[in-house]
Amino acid sequence: MKTKFFLFFTLLSVFIFAQENAESAPADSVAVFDYSLVKSFTLSDVGSDDGTALKIKWECTDNPENKNQFRLYRLTDGDTVRTLLGNFALSAEYTDENLNREESYSYSLVAVDSLGVEMQGIVSTDLMKPKANYFKTDKIILLLMILIYTIVIIILVETVKKGKVLFVRKISGLDTLDEAVGRATEMGRPVLYVPGSSTMSDIATIASLNILGPVAKKIAEYETRLIVPNRDPIVMTVAKEVVKESYSEAGRPDAYSDNDVFFLTDSQFGYAAAISGIMTREKPATNLLLGMFWAESLIMAEAGNTAGAIQIAGTDAVSQLPFFITSCDYTIIGEELYAASAYLSREPLLMGTLKAQDYFKGMIIAFICLYLFFLIISTIFGGNVLFLNKILDIIRFIFNS
Amino acid sequence: MAISTSIWIWISALLTLAIYSFLYKDNPFYKFAEYLLVGISIGYGISVYWHNTIITKVYNPLVHDKDFLVIIPLLLGLLMFSRFFKNYSHLSRIPIAFIVGAGTGLSIPSSFEFLFKQVQGTMPTAFTIGNLIIIIGVITTLIYFFFSMEHKGFIGKVSRVGITFIMIAFGAAFGYTIMARISLFIGRIQFLLSDWLGIIK
Repeated sequence: MKTKFFLFFTLLSVFIFAQENAESAPADSVAVFDYSLVKSFTLSDVGSDDGTALKIKWECTDNPENKNQFRLYRLTDGDTVRTLLGNFALSAEYTDENLNREESYSYSLVAVDSLGVEMQGIVSTDLMKPKANYFKTDKIILLLMILIYTIVIIILVETVKKGKVLFVRKISGLDTLDEAVGRATEMGRPVLYVPGSSTMSDIATIASLNILGPVAKKIAEYETRLIVPNRDPIVMTVAKEVVKESYSEAGRPDAYSDNDVFFLTDSQFGYAAAISGIMTREKPATNLLLGMFWAESLIMAEAGNTAGAIQIAGTDAVSQLPFFITSCDYTIIGEELYAASAYLSREPLLMGTLKAQDYFKGMIIAFICLYLFFLIISTIFGGNVLFLNKILDIIRFIFNS
Repeated sequence: MAISTSIWIWISALLTLAIYSFLYKDNPFYKFAEYLLVGISIGYGISVYWHNTIITKVYNPLVHDKDFLVIIPLLLGLLMFSRFFKNYSHLSRIPIAFIVGAGTGLSIPSSFEFLFKQVQGTMPTAFTIGNLIIIIGVITTLIYFFFSMEHKGFIGKVSRVGITFIMIAFGAAFGYTIMARISLFIGRIQFLLSDWLGIIK
């Protein structure tokens, strides 16, 4: 009886095991994927680009039991080997970037079973060349805003040129410039002007060199020595021109020393170490740190503070401003740096620009307030009023560039 | 304790100490380290310019790829050397004008784009107390940066709220950056005590 039961149990186990194995066998690995399930497989050019990207999109009929994936391949015209771009879901889109606009490409989808084995059959697109666009059409609003801003600047500049006096509020850091330069003269020590660590393409550097002009003129009038160490050779060349011209305007071209506007090094911390050395050895009575600064800001400002110089610093680098505030006597915060050149020189062009900036800020405040107003009303009505949601979307769209 | 026997670790450690000696006062060791850093960085910079600019962007396109458009920036670059000749030094203003003009032109759209993103970030999809604080902060800060209005009366009060927001942001940034700087300092001390002196593992 025991033997019969053992035999029966063994046969039953073998039968069940065989059944289980039959169920778990990769049945779909040998199957052919039904490509009629692919509803669409499209290849299109990515707009507003330099002709280096194509967009591939495919969609499959919903099949919840389907555990398959697609493998996407790219084939360059003239090549025989396809490049695998990756595994994707049955419905997805992919943007193929860094292509060559001189070449044509086609894409293929190959189904992959649940074990990752490629199934039979393939679906491909036609060949397509990526197209380069002259204009980024998605930036139209940005262009319009820049044009409006430029027109406002031109109108205001012309108004100032006709003699209208524009009011500029007091900027305390700049009001002390006279005092700071006067102190250096009284002490018989030089003024150190650091135009930041960035290049000429940085707005803060351009603003700094705009400030350097009137500052150098003042220094020339006081007959004080001005030291301008630079990190960028191009900035140095521009700084030389600015200082030279200012000395000429002040009627002191002979006082200009070409050796005092010099290049140090383009290494960030090498520049900081050298400036710290200058502050300690030359003992300037006034340090002006105006422009773009990074991690070196505190090293310079602390060295100047230890040397006992009066320090006026200004930058639009938000992360560096706290260091200047803690270690300098006066700090010009962010946009005050851009306003400084207009404040000091009172030139019509700069004054007009400053006024236009204020109008633009006013416009932004108006848009934010308008948005807030409609958002509050929309919230009161439970956020379901289509008309209000449309208005909110339009306002957001304006700043979507 | 196992003091390092590597000459490079020793050089690195001694130069670190030479730089730190400035915290006491200016001294010959600091001067040596400073001059060494400036000198080496200039030398290194020249070799980088040579390989990455002269060879890669001028020589290779001109000689190997026959791309003669490179001659235009090359000539502009060569004009910078006119500064060494008094009678022709004015020619150096041409490449300067090009760089300043192109630099400013390129930075205007990107600055506007950055500004637009910030404005969009100030437009929340839901009305909450947190979002309201952000909006008030942005508006008052913008009013602080109005230059054509005296900071008196209502504007004065609003701009004071604005500068308070700015100072809170600066305080947070200060604390965050100090943390990062301290971690850099810890890294250096670890190098001295571990890699150099072998006191800690």
